[in-house]
Amino acid sequence: MSNILTLLIFFPLIAAIFGFFVNKNSIRVYGIAVSAAEFLLSLWLWKSYDSAQAGFQFVEKMPLIPDFGISYYLGVDGISLFIVIMATLMTMIGIIALSVKDGLKNLIITLLFLEVAMVGVFVSLDVILFYVFWEFSLVPMLYIIGAWGGSKRVYAAIKFFIYTFAGSLVMLVGILYLAYLYYTTTGVWSFSLTDWYALLLPMTVQKYLFWAFFLGFAIKVPMFPFHTWLPYAHGQAPTVGSVILAAVLLKMGSYGFVRFSLPLFPDASVAYITPVAVIAIIMIIYTAMVAYAQKDMKQVIAYSSISHMGVIIIGTFAMNAEGISGSIFQMLSHGIVSGALFMLVGVIYDRRHTKLMSEFGGLAKVMPTYATIFVIMTMASVGLPLTIGFIGEYLSLAGFFKVSPLMTVIAGTSIIVGAVYMLSLVKKSFFGPVTNPENEKLKDLDSKELWALIPLVAIVVWLGIYPKPVLGPINNSTKALVQLMHNKAQTPEAKKIILVSKKAKEAK
Amino acid sequence: MEPINVNLNNLNLITMSPMLVTLIGALVILCIDLIKPKLDKTLYITLAMLTIFIAIGANLSLGTNQRGLFDTILIDGVSLLGQLLILAGSMLFIPLALTKRRFHEFSYPEFFALFLFMIFGFQFMAASDNLILIFVGLETGSLALYTLMAMHNTRLAHEAAIKYFTMGALAAAFYAMGAVIIYAVTGSVEIYSVARILQERQNEIGMLMPVIGGGLFMIVAIGFKVSLIPFHMWTPDAYEGASAPMAGYMSIVPKVAMMVVAVRLFGVYMDLNVAIIKLTIVLLAIVTTTVANMMALVQKDVKRMLAYSSISHAGFVMVAIALNTTKGYSSIFLYYGLFMFTNLGAFTMLWISRHKYNIHHDRFHHPYEKFAGMIKLAPIPAVIMAIFMLSLAGVPPFSLFWGKMYILSAIVDAGKENSNYYIVALIMALNSAIAVYYYLKLVVYMFLKDPVDNRGKVVYANRAFSLELVVGVAAFVTITSMFYINPLMSFITDLVGASGY
Repeated sequence: MSNILTLLIFFPLIAAIFGFFVNKNSIRVYGIAVSAAEFLLSLWLWKSYDSAQAGFQFVEKMPLIPDFGISYYLGVDGISLFIVIMATLMTMIGIIALSVKDGLKNLIITLLFLEVAMVGVFVSLDVILFYVFWEFSLVPMLYIIGAWGGSKRVYAAIKFFIYTFAGSLVMLVGILYLAYLYYTTTGVWSFSLTDWYALLLPMTVQKYLFWAFFLGFAIKVPMFPFHTWLPYAHGQAPTVGSVILAAVLLKMGSYGFVRFSLPLFPDASVAYITPVAVIAIIMIIYTAMVAYAQKDMKQVIAYSSISHMGVIIIGTFAMNAEGISGSIFQMLSHGIVSGALFMLVGVIYDRRHTKLMSEFGGLAKVMPTYATIFVIMTMASVGLPLTIGFIGEYLSLAGFFKVSPLMTVIAGTSIIVGAVYMLSLVKKSFFGPVTNPENEKLKDLDSKELWALIPLVAIVVWLGIYPKPVLGPINNSTKALVQLMHNKAQTPEAKKIILVSKKAKEAK
Repeated sequence: MEPINVNLNNLNLITMSPMLVTLIGALVILCIDLIKPKLDKTLYITLAMLTIFIAIGANLSLGTNQRGLFDTILIDGVSLLGQLLILAGSMLFIPLALTKRRFHEFSYPEFFALFLFMIFGFQFMAASDNLILIFVGLETGSLALYTLMAMHNTRLAHEAAIKYFTMGALAAAFYAMGAVIIYAVTGSVEIYSVARILQERQNEIGMLMPVIGGGLFMIVAIGFKVSLIPFHMWTPDAYEGASAPMAGYMSIVPKVAMMVVAVRLFGVYMDLNVAIIKLTIVLLAIVTTTVANMMALVQKDVKRMLAYSSISHAGFVMVAIALNTTKGYSSIFLYYGLFMFTNLGAFTMLWISRHKYNIHHDRFHHPYEKFAGMIKLAPIPAVIMAIFMLSLAGVPPFSLFWGKMYILSAIVDAGKENSNYYIVALIMALNSAIAVYYYLKLVVYMFLKDPVDNRGKVVYANRAFSLELVVGVAAFVTITSMFYINPLMSFITDLVGASGY
């Protein structure tokens, strides 16, 4: 199957269009079947992926606008492979756990369109194609938040859209400028990422371009001070919207850093390690404190998301294989854990129509299975060893330790603060006596919710104990990436900071 | 005095064939009415469409770079493209006369005759490089257009027509003044010889002021016609008063004609490298885009919003004229070609939802509330309208994204010579982020709000097959843009490049 990536992109698209003809009473089964098929396809992609190779695989290239160098250019490597699988997995799980009644058909079709955009972003190797999917992903999300969200949904949806749109337009100008530089250097237009990788840019140009791309990605991540749209979006989005937003859409930003900013502008990236790391540390500690101050369960998890994304950014800007592998692994773990946590909050919200912690207490007695899964996910979120959360966080920080021990120590406090707010959330909601009489007769998880959550629990434990099948391919591709950055680096400090591990050197 | 030597070979009538076809079509319609009045409008609609169809054929069969009518007509790539856009826009407009509700202007044969006369005028503007002939074409087209607007025969339509007429007359005066100054300096009204003479004499003392003066007068005249801010005052009122398809038509075809003139005229100034004219154009474009976007944010009526949006699009395109690159000039035509389908599609959607009388608002036919909850009442029109809005906002993969990308890319390329263009590109890009708010406002009303009351038929009030066909064509072009951008752009670039721009 050489064109499996095309299949992965267009299968949900065609399924979404066919979905219009499915009767609305049967649409849930249709949605589950389609998203499961897509998930199996992505597993097949993993199976046929050659882990020993670091470069892009399943490459497809077809000219789309040849005169302007735009092509339909797809490929996947260890960095994107697992994010794609996570995207299809979380979409499937989100659809399984859906509890929406009104407009279910529209919601499922929209989710399938969103899946097209998500898969497309992560497998595109043409920058304009990437940009097309990147922007297009806003539209379904706008609809999901705006149509099925809470009381301030329209405000939240528009804020989300405009914030991201503004950032990515600046990035578009950067993209066009970079393309023009490529054109003046080589005499042909090209938007292929692999072509751009070969481009050596002068430092002054790199600086401008770095910030142009930075703005686009940072708003998406979202990095402090551009994070204000996220709590609104999460607060108002329906459960499935929050799950996908946290699990996949935020990863587009951090993936963008790894895929674009670092290899295209290695010198500028090294030069700006300190400002970016400072922003990331502010984001880690400040949002963790804000999370502690929240009264709403969902807001706690929303702010904890921002905090964890800070760790991912720290890992990315470690500029060495450990840090970057760790940050990619952390993207996966954050996707699964925060997705599961949002889903768990959704479960309790469906039953009580409130997310305020003060309304709960002693839930562990009433809903034991629910409480068990919640605690497992909390542990993973905090970064307890033997859960998925530990590995990514550890590797990211260990990678950054080589750059700056001091900043790593400060960022490491995130684990402690994280434990504080997450455990206090658990304490307030699950332990102690059942204070609110309304909570006494709550149903435990039903089969639909169990089907959605148990696979996630299994992944959390499995990858926590034995991450190698995932970490191996990631590590391979990251080493190649670091090697590329090392070769491209022009300034002496960049050569010094971008460490290439010995094994990778020998392999060359 | 030399004897005047008229050589009929210089007439080269073939170069005028597309214009003559529309002229003859208009006369045929008038004659039919003379012989047998009270025929149904469908006859005139089909006749007008056939005429335009033949004119398109005639236009496409012309070879480039020939002159006719004693060297006053210039058929080059730009004029072919301009005429093609004018004719295609008209082709999309005509079927909109076949509505379910009766709007009496369409039952007059004069409407269609005037319509063809108007096209004839605009074609002349696009195909001539003689300042006088351009003026004649401009007046022919504009006068016919004022009448067409007034024929909608509502109070607001009369107001709109008068307003447009007054402002159009003012613009014509500015045009005439500019042309006179240019003639006074160069002794010629042919743009090519003006260019040559200015090129030779530009270093003479005292040359600069009249050259700049003439250019500024021309900028004002063109600014009125393509509605650049601050010459835009007539636009929102005129669009509001005119019928929806007429408003959509006005946002494209007259502007395309004027853009061709602008390309020809300012092409001369760009080659002379008159910095102040360049600067004025860029500043006007920035002001136009930004202010129009701000104004559009606060509109309560979708048609007025689209009016301001078309002003801001015109500003966006205007930057490309100041770049003086083939890519810049080509992207103007690409942009208008794509904008034509999307914008006419959006206006046609308004036309489909048009009631005979206002039922939603005291003043407006199309307030936002009218479209509230449209996804529940009419899902497919709502989706199509949303696609038009997203395309206008520049969200990929819809068509206008590509136009926007090409223009931005052309601006960025120009940054090599003058790094201020990077800032211009950023301003233009961020303007799109402002613009997305008001386009989304309509999407929000359609998708995220509940219907105000139970008016199931609201969006279909004026529905007819021909309208749906136009919307379908427009939607198809908007959605599938990714696949034809390359051939379209290379077609445009070839023609523009062949004309020496």
